[in-house]
Amino acid sequence: MSVAAHLPALQVALPLIAAPLCSLLRRPGVAWGFATLVSWVVLVIAALLLAQVLSEGTLIYEMGGWAAPWGIIYEVDTINAFMLLIVAAIGAIVTPYARHTVTAEVPAEQHNLFYAAWLLCLTGLLGIAITGDAFNVFVFLEISSLSSYVLIAASNDRRALTAAYQYLVLGTIGATFYLIGVGLIYMMTGTLNISDMAERLPDVANTRPIRAAAGFITVGIALKFALFPLHLWLPNAYTYAPSAVSAFLAATATKVSIYVLLRFEFVVFGVDIGIANFHFSEFLMPLCVLAFLAGSTVAIFQNDVKRLLAYSSVAQIGYMVLGVSFYSLDGMTAGIVHLFNHAMIKSALFMVMGCIMLRVGSVQIKDLHGIGRHMPWTMFAFVLGGLSLIGVPLTVGFISKWYLILGALEEGGYGFAIAAAVLISSLLSVIYIWRVVEVAYFKPSPHGAAEITEAPLGMLIPTWLLIGANIYFGVQTDLTVGVARQAAALLLGIDL
Amino acid sequence: MELLGQFNYWVFIVLMMTGFYVVIARGNLVKKIVGLNIFQASVFLFYISMGKIFGGTAPILIEGADDTVIYSNPLPHVLILTAIVVGVATTAVGLSLVVRINEAYGTVEEDEIQQLDEET
Repeated sequence: MSVAAHLPALQVALPLIAAPLCSLLRRPGVAWGFATLVSWVVLVIAALLLAQVLSEGTLIYEMGGWAAPWGIIYEVDTINAFMLLIVAAIGAIVTPYARHTVTAEVPAEQHNLFYAAWLLCLTGLLGIAITGDAFNVFVFLEISSLSSYVLIAASNDRRALTAAYQYLVLGTIGATFYLIGVGLIYMMTGTLNISDMAERLPDVANTRPIRAAAGFITVGIALKFALFPLHLWLPNAYTYAPSAVSAFLAATATKVSIYVLLRFEFVVFGVDIGIANFHFSEFLMPLCVLAFLAGSTVAIFQNDVKRLLAYSSVAQIGYMVLGVSFYSLDGMTAGIVHLFNHAMIKSALFMVMGCIMLRVGSVQIKDLHGIGRHMPWTMFAFVLGGLSLIGVPLTVGFISKWYLILGALEEGGYGFAIAAAVLISSLLSVIYIWRVVEVAYFKPSPHGAAEITEAPLGMLIPTWLLIGANIYFGVQTDLTVGVARQAAALLLGIDL
Repeated sequence: MELLGQFNYWVFIVLMMTGFYVVIARGNLVKKIVGLNIFQASVFLFYISMGKIFGGTAPILIEGADDTVIYSNPLPHVLILTAIVVGVATTAVGLSLVVRINEAYGTVEEDEIQQLDEET
């Protein structure tokens, strides 16, 4: 057997094995170098897998040679190959970036453990995306969550501890709800394999346990991806976490959970089964609209830029799920492509905040006066990232909004109202991005600000790489929109 | 009879809601973790109950036994072993966070922590 045949297993096993090894590397620089190397190899594997899936179709990998539905299988199709690429790409860009911020924010003797938790988190997120087994999803969900609690608490701000605690409580409730849901489905179908579930479910679709399972899984996963009003853990966690962790988690953790939602709502509970007219969009759609209106409005009033970006994340999650809840090809494409686009936007913006945190020691708006003159490259990255967040043409944000509004207009009637709400929310995001840009460029620098210098290249290069990707994929949309459309068609059961 | 026959599931629901209530209603961070534990333990009971059937024996092949032997399903029990491990890990991380919160704030009461945060 060649290595290529084992790529799906390596995708998860490599960072999993690397994590304990990393904890043995006591010298901070070595631990970081090792983690970076692993994250790059992981990216190469993810890219190879996507290429393989695009040319050969769905890959099935039987763990230990045990066939489904008894064994655990890894099933890689267009959707999870795309998710794997998102997670791996963000990991490969943020890990090299992490070095300077982690040195500044985490005690040196804990670096090996920090990077070990980092790799475990990466393992968990990749595992959720790749596995074809519902219980395995739970295990990986907990691997990624437990390590992210640790990563958030690694910050030197004591408020990070309470934020991590809050996230732990809500995250565990979410994961346990998911577990109950999977248990109920297992009771009725006798299988844990996701594709097998989808096949057996129609026979028992109209029973109370299945309806309860749909409820438990939807609410549990919604807690994990922080859908309004279940977002309470998110702002604190992203605000007080170490900068690199905010950049990594904001781009990956919520996206992967949305993927789980897609898997369950469309593959397991199926479009055509429509369990007793149970369509999750009917109650998720209003929540999404509330999410982006409320999220954007609250973001305007934040004085801490990281918290501002966190509330903006709540709004963006609203866009993603909104697209999905349209149940149409355009809407679904918008939702999935926004998973990718928002990962790039938000990660880049949090990375900019990491640069500012390193040089200024604060990300409060009042401390950013005139920073645009001292850190021109950093702030210009923020401006471009901000434009992308707003959805200005030639950036990825525009592509997402374009498809989202197309999807909304297709709905007719209430679709016009939703399209208007999306536009209003975009205007609100102009306000909060402008608040930061205004003080950074048009306010005089305070005394003693002269020593503030540009962020180190080790941080600027990854940040600009992502900003570049924001522009590149805003113009060249074949890869992102093309793959997202294929994935959407697969989920909806449409042949393109 | 119908209600009593599903005794296990009633216990599961009562425990689940008890744990959930403790997590929401208590301000003490340690008590919240205990509540979370009860909440998770209820799910363990749920999984264990669903594997068991009346008259079912341990799932070990008995040589010479006829086809009338009924076996309990071992899979949920194995699954829940994994979930118990996850639960233990969650409790460990949660409690160690509480220890660090206590070191940093000098209290484990939620309202007092909130007050301290507002002061700074």
